[in-house]
Amino acid sequence: MLRVLLGANLLALLAALAQTPDLGGWLLRFIEMAALVEPLLLCALLVLAAARDPLRRLPERLGQTLVLLVSGGLAYALSTYWQALSLGEASGNLRPTLLAMAGAGLLLGYFELRSRAFSPAQAEARLAALNARIRPHFLFNTLNAVLSLIRAQPQRAEAALESLSDLFRAAMRDPGALVSLADEIELGKQYLELEHLRLGDRLAVDWQIGPVSLSQPIPPLMLQPLLENAVYHGIEPAPTGGTVRIVIEQQGDELRIAIANPTASRAHHAAGNQMAVANIRERLALYYDLEARLEIETGDHHYEVRITLPCRQQTP
Amino acid sequence: MPSANPLKILLVDDEPPARERLRALLGDIAGQLPTEVIGEAGNGLAALEILREQMVDVVLADIRMPGMDGIELASHLGRLEKPPAVIFTTAYDNYAVQAFDLNAVDYLLKPVRAQRLLVALQKVAAAHPDPALLNHIGQEARGGGRTHLSCHERGRLLLVPISEVLYFKADLKYVTARTVDRDYLLDEALTHLETEFADRFLRLHRAVLVAKNALAGFEKAAGDDAEAYGWALLRGVPEKLPVSRRQWAPAKALVKNS
Repeated sequence: MLRVLLGANLLALLAALAQTPDLGGWLLRFIEMAALVEPLLLCALLVLAAARDPLRRLPERLGQTLVLLVSGGLAYALSTYWQALSLGEASGNLRPTLLAMAGAGLLLGYFELRSRAFSPAQAEARLAALNARIRPHFLFNTLNAVLSLIRAQPQRAEAALESLSDLFRAAMRDPGALVSLADEIELGKQYLELEHLRLGDRLAVDWQIGPVSLSQPIPPLMLQPLLENAVYHGIEPAPTGGTVRIVIEQQGDELRIAIANPTASRAHHAAGNQMAVANIRERLALYYDLEARLEIETGDHHYEVRITLPCRQQTP
Repeated sequence: MPSANPLKILLVDDEPPARERLRALLGDIAGQLPTEVIGEAGNGLAALEILREQMVDVVLADIRMPGMDGIELASHLGRLEKPPAVIFTTAYDNYAVQAFDLNAVDYLLKPVRAQRLLVALQKVAAAHPDPALLNHIGQEARGGGRTHLSCHERGRLLLVPISEVLYFKADLKYVTARTVDRDYLLDEALTHLETEFADRFLRLHRAVLVAKNALAGFEKAAGDDAEAYGWALLRGVPEKLPVSRRQWAPAKALVKNS
C-alpha cells in the first residue's frame, strides 16, 4: 500500500522532471500534476482494495490486465470530470489515461520483481530460520529446575513440563501462519512462569493489557523472544532481580507492544540481544513490509523494545 | 581413597532449584562417597563470604551468576590458605572450561547426572588443587574482566571492588591498590592489571595506573624534578601521582574530553 503511494509519486516526480527544462519549474509542475495524480491514485487504490479478493482469485495475467484497465479507466473518467470543471488542460483524455496505465504497469512490474525476490519458498525458509530461537541456556536450566521438582513437588514439575512442551510446539509451528494475540500472550505468560521457577522472587512481571482485540492475528513468537531477552539481559545479571513490564495497547488501527526491563549498564545489552531484535525486525518486514515498526529505547538503567503493528481482523 | 571424613561441599548457584537438585544428587551418591554440604550461596561474593569462615574441600559453582560469576569466584579461591577444588556446573557450554587442567578444575553440564557428579568428586578428592592455576582461570576463560581483586591479610581473604580502586602503584615487590579508605597490598603485576582493566584505568607513569574517573586535574612539576614531569590530582584523596613526560599529553586530553 505504502509502496504504491511512494512509487506513484516518484513516477509523477520523474514525469514532471521530463516535462520541464529547468529545475525551478520542476517542483511547480509536480504540484500541478499532484492535483490530478493524487485523487486518481486514491480512487484507484480504493477500487482495487475493494476488489482485492475477487482479483486475487483470477489468474495472474488476467488480474494484472484488469488492474491496468481499472487504472486507465479511472484516469479517463477523472480527466473527463476535471475538464468538465475546466480545471485540467484541454489536451484530451487519451494522454492521462495512457500515462496512468503506464504508471500502473511499471508498479505491477516492480511488485512482480519484488515478489520474485521474496518468493514464498524463500520467504518461508527465511522465516523458519528466523523462528524457533529459544536459548539453549534457558532449555537446560529449565530442565534442571524441573528435575529438582520431581521428587518434592511432582505436580509443579508436571505443569512445568507441559508449559515447556507448549513453548517448543510454538517454536516449531509453521512460521508463516499467524496466531491470535491471546495465544501469544498466553505463551509469554507460560514462558515467564517457567523462568519464575528458576529465578524465584528475583523475577517480577507486570502485565498491562489495555482494551485490545485479543482475537486479532499477529506473527507467532513476537513476544516470547523479547521476554527472553528481558530476562536474560535484564533480570538474571542483577543480584536482586527486577521487573519486566509488558504493555499491550491499541491506538486507532495500530497495535502497540512494549517490553521494558531494567539493565545494569548500557554495554550489557550487547551482541546477543541485537541478534534477537534484528531477527524480529526482519520477520516484521516479511509479514507487514513497511507497515510495522520496531523501536528501541535505552537509558542508563532502562531498556525498552516497542513494536507497532497494523491491526488486522483476519488473516490477510 | 575413601576417607572417614565426609567431603565438605559448598553449593554456589543463583537458582535455588539448581542447588536443591545438587543436594538431592549428593544424597543419592552418599553410599559411595559420603559428603556434607556446609553451605549454599547465590553468587561468588556470597560464596567467598562463607569461605572466609569455613574451609571446604569442594566448591560446586555455576558459571553464569549475577554479582560475581563462577569463573571469577574460582580465580579468588587460589588466594585462600587451603584452596578448595572447583567443579563448575553449567547449563550450556559457552565457556571454554573444558580447556582447564581437569585435575584441579572439572565441569559438569546441567542437568547433572549422579554418576558424573560422583566421578568428578572422586577425582578432585584425590587431587590437590594448584592455587596458581586457580588464579589463572579467569584470564584463560574470558580474558579477565574481574569485578573484584583479592588479597590475603593476616590469614583472611579480602575483596577489593575494582570500582572503588582510585589507583594502582607498583613498588619494588608489590602492587598497592588505593581506595578512599585505605591501601591494599596485591599479588598482581601492573602490566596485567593494565590490560585487564584497560577501559577503566590509565597509565600515568612507569609505576602508576589511575582510575580515569578519579582524575581531578594536573600540575606541572618544577623544572628540576627528576621523579616526574607533572603531577595528577585525584578526587577523594590528598596525595598526588607522578605523570611521566610521555603520558602527560594523553592524560590531559582524556580529562579535558570527559
